[in-house]
Amino acid sequence: MFKTQIPLLIVLIIFMFSCKSGENPSQKATQEKPDNGKLVYMKYCLSCHQYDGSGVPGMYPPVKATDWVSGDKERLITVVIKGLDKEIEVNGEIYNNEMPSHHYLSDVQIADLLTYLRSNFGNNAGPVTVEEVTGVRKKLE
Amino acid sequence: MAKIKNTLTAGLSIIGIIVILFSCTSGSRHDKKEGSALADTSGLVLPDGFSAVVVADNLGRCRHIAVNENNDVYIALDNLKDGFGTVALRDTTDDGVADIIQYFGKYHGTGLHIHKGYLYFGADTIVVRYKLAANLLAPAGEPEVIAYGFPNERQHAAKSLAFDNAGNMYVNVGGPANACMEEMRTPGSPGKDPCPLLEFSAGIWKFKDDVTNQRQMKEGYRYATGLRNCVAVEWNTTVNKLYVVQHGRDQLYQFFPEYYTEDDGINLPSEEFFLVEEGDDFGWPYCYYDHYKNKKLLAPEYGGDGEITGRCESKKDPIMAFPAHIAPNDLIFYTGAQFPEKYKNGALIAFHGSWNRNPQEQEGFYIVFVPFENGLPSGDWEVFADGFKGKDMVMSPGEAEYRPMGLAVGPDGSLFVSDSQKGRVWKISYNL
Repeated sequence: MFKTQIPLLIVLIIFMFSCKSGENPSQKATQEKPDNGKLVYMKYCLSCHQYDGSGVPGMYPPVKATDWVSGDKERLITVVIKGLDKEIEVNGEIYNNEMPSHHYLSDVQIADLLTYLRSNFGNNAGPVTVEEVTGVRKKLE
Repeated sequence: MAKIKNTLTAGLSIIGIIVILFSCTSGSRHDKKEGSALADTSGLVLPDGFSAVVVADNLGRCRHIAVNENNDVYIALDNLKDGFGTVALRDTTDDGVADIIQYFGKYHGTGLHIHKGYLYFGADTIVVRYKLAANLLAPAGEPEVIAYGFPNERQHAAKSLAFDNAGNMYVNVGGPANACMEEMRTPGSPGKDPCPLLEFSAGIWKFKDDVTNQRQMKEGYRYATGLRNCVAVEWNTTVNKLYVVQHGRDQLYQFFPEYYTEDDGINLPSEEFFLVEEGDDFGWPYCYYDHYKNKKLLAPEYGGDGEITGRCESKKDPIMAFPAHIAPNDLIFYTGAQFPEKYKNGALIAFHGSWNRNPQEQEGFYIVFVPFENGLPSGDWEVFADGFKGKDMVMSPGEAEYRPMGLAVGPDGSLFVSDSQKGRVWKISYNL
């Protein structure tokens, strides 16, 4: 029984790998354990900043491998709560599209989201706590 | 029993292989076809008999493009490159490839048009013009201000330009919003009613083409309204009318999941092709076009649910509707003498490619041809030039190798195309 199937399976696997370039990256999501920060990203951020954090050239800046994400936490939390309405430079490119405020996200959602962002997409920085988000929100009020 | 199971499993494996084989090739529909003209190295996929050369590369983030009577090429840049916002190209050896490249001008933006011996430049808040001289590639001297006082917009700021033959200039002033929500791009937020943005944006403004220092809200005149953002604008000299292609709204599903499925958000609304006459109202932000239902529908910010028409019945319909989000960024009508007869007076539209179709692949990244007769489409649209994105599937727009942005026809009838991704320019010719 196995004798007849093994060559076929090998062929099958080869073809599966040859298809890899056409793979839908969002399908990978189901293989990872659920991350609340990732879920917030997918619902509120992904359409502009894209599945891979690369943004939209000339319109929406990347969130991957950038000091805007891995750097100053207060600045980062402020961008999420208040949005952005000025020209900024990210990874050498100028962006001046307005980013909407996401004040309606809870402090927990923002902490989860930013912790996820800071440890993904080529960013390697520590987590953002709920207390930090609450503190910045109070300052902004 | 075991044998049956064995045969069955083997059979299923074979079916599996066939399915995978087909799923592999389904993404390759843009591959080179048998007999297609690709005697060039441009990588573009073109109809039989056409070929392309790369005129220049790595120029910066290119926007609109114009070609002068002496074949000099001018391109607007999105951002300053080494302090300059315009680039000029000259081919001195007649091989199609630019061998002189000069940057000039402090203005940067999108709109660019050669008219009456001037290079008109639509920067985001001002329209200026440079006097062109045959012996000079980069124009000398300061430009004149033709129109100014445009709002400083953080969305849809492109000032694309068109000119009629009666001394007028038409400028796209995009609405700086998705759908004029009370709270910008916020789930469930209602729309402002009336939308105050319509007073100073979301329309086409008309100016004199040779009067300096016209202010948008004083000497300028709102020619048409209800247009969200029309980066593609062109005057059709055959019928003497203005045409535009609109970027439709985004994120129906993200903001109103109670009325729209994820697929609705991906596939709606249409990118609309409009014939624009004085006083027209095309309905933004109150309405959008559904090319499955073939009608304008009320936007969810204004009480719409994907079915209600409401006040949209009185808004002007498109002459053609394209798939959602593919970003029409330039329009020309082909009046050159070089391309085959079917292209004569037809429309060519550059679709920059979408960003708003997650989690499905992004679409667009091609140039479309629409046949025209008597000022209206006379047949379906078709892809004219493809292969810009450089791969079968693009999941986010940054993955595209090139994105077609600007279109212009040279004096010999060749089509020039600019790219915003790497700053490449192609010259597409027929039987040359």
